[in-house]
Amino acid sequence: MMSTNQQLATFTNIPVMDIKEKTQLKKLTNNQSIRIENLDVFIEDQHILKNINLTIPEKRITCIIGPSGCGKSTFLKTLNRMHDESPEVKINGKVYVDDENIYNHEVNVIDTRKKMGLLAQRPCPLPMSIFDNVAYGPRIHGIRKRKAINQTVIQYLQYVGLWDEVRGRVRSSASRLSIGQQQRLCLARGLAIEPEYILGDEATSALDPLSTKKIEELFVKLKEKYTVILVTHTLRQAKRIADHIVFMYMGEIIETGPTEEFFKNPKKQLTKDYLSGSFS
Amino acid sequence: MIGAALVILGVLLYIVGTIFIKGLPSLTLDMITKLPGGGFYLGKEGGILNAIVGSLYIIVGALVISIIISVPLVMYINFYLPLNSLFSNIIRFSLDILFGVPSIVYGAFGFALMIYLGIRASLFGGIIAVGMLIMPIMMRSLDEVARLLSRDLPDALLSLGATKYEMVKVILRQLMPGLITAVLLAVGRGIGDAATVLFTAGYTDNIPNALNQPVATLPLSIFFQLGSPVEEVQNRAYASAIILTIMILILSFSARYFSSKFSKHKI
Repeated sequence: MMSTNQQLATFTNIPVMDIKEKTQLKKLTNNQSIRIENLDVFIEDQHILKNINLTIPEKRITCIIGPSGCGKSTFLKTLNRMHDESPEVKINGKVYVDDENIYNHEVNVIDTRKKMGLLAQRPCPLPMSIFDNVAYGPRIHGIRKRKAINQTVIQYLQYVGLWDEVRGRVRSSASRLSIGQQQRLCLARGLAIEPEYILGDEATSALDPLSTKKIEELFVKLKEKYTVILVTHTLRQAKRIADHIVFMYMGEIIETGPTEEFFKNPKKQLTKDYLSGSFS
Repeated sequence: MIGAALVILGVLLYIVGTIFIKGLPSLTLDMITKLPGGGFYLGKEGGILNAIVGSLYIIVGALVISIIISVPLVMYINFYLPLNSLFSNIIRFSLDILFGVPSIVYGAFGFALMIYLGIRASLFGGIIAVGMLIMPIMMRSLDEVARLLSRDLPDALLSLGATKYEMVKVILRQLMPGLITAVLLAVGRGIGDAATVLFTAGYTDNIPNALNQPVATLPLSIFFQLGSPVEEVQNRAYASAIILTIMILILSFSARYFSSKFSKHKI
């Protein structure tokens, strides 16, 4: 019977010592910037987002809050062009990502999506092993060398704190993981395509408190390297982890500001009402 | 209601019982290992290897053709076109119509097509006719499972920057059990159908070595044996029915086995 470390070494083909060393994430050199100008989104005849103007601060956590149906998720989807799949959605306005309007005709949608790591509401692992889930992104983006892929997979599984929990069974199905682990796996899978921005669409709403805490801690860790944009419906979560708050209501941005100020001195009456819980 | 259930059980038992009681005594090793000898249909030596192999040839060929056409079609109308687009609804409606067309019509249509092309009754003709028969069955049942797939998976794949083609390849893994079920339904319908092969495949006592040769099939073999005046040959027809039933059972079990093997990572 082989020891766990030996097994590890056989499937990864790299020395055990390397794995134990702390791996460094790839350095992202270029400046990250998202700037939205006069964005209007229509779904069929409904005006979902109305004249959105917003700049997302770099390497910070921006939380978008607001009652259900206010257009938070629709807004998030405009950032990685997921509306392209639905012909009934019409988008007017400009979304500059790294100073390039992603709705320009010359911009390749795949390049845009590669810049955005999306964490969905419910974790959706791919029908593959744990290892292949994380390796999928690098593989479709043209990385063929086994050693490079092995390293990427281990690195990001370590980053999300999943490596110690799954080592020795990375070849088993991703569906066998608990839902909290699946969500961290999905995060590792998103990070493996080396994005610049992390989008979270109510990423903790399906999770138990302990898994939620782990994901929140990861978001805080992520802002060292990435710009994080989260949609959330729990005010407490926004209070805990956000640096900036964007409050939306009925498809409009009502108020934005740094977290502390936003919660202490909301300027608009609507914001005050929302924070005091008169509607949700 | 209990009565209705009993009627169904009774009918099943009666059919299986008749086949086995009449067929089992005639079911010998010769039946599945030998070609029909001279005078087989008058009670002489031989077996129905020609029909067993012929039926397998036809169903395998028809499956290959219909998988090649139906998998891309179902993927296209479900994952390339937007949800509920007009074109995919037109396709689904046409499939519903084709689904309801009786098998003799496919046989007759295949026959007409063969006359037009100048082909005589052959393995090729049989494959085309049975392929046309089972294609709508496969597409319709594969379409059902594809439509039930949660949109989370395509969205997750696209957000990783996958192209549509890369996306469909992963989705197919998730749909593998559905595809196997579709194949099973199609095989069950296609292998036992007599009307499609009646005009198109012909009948022969030999195993064909080329696509343009006629081929025997199990349903027609049963038909010819039952038509014999000799009682012994009629009993052999029942034995052939047992063989056909067992073949479908084997196919179905092996398909389920492979399905669980291929889909071990299914979510």
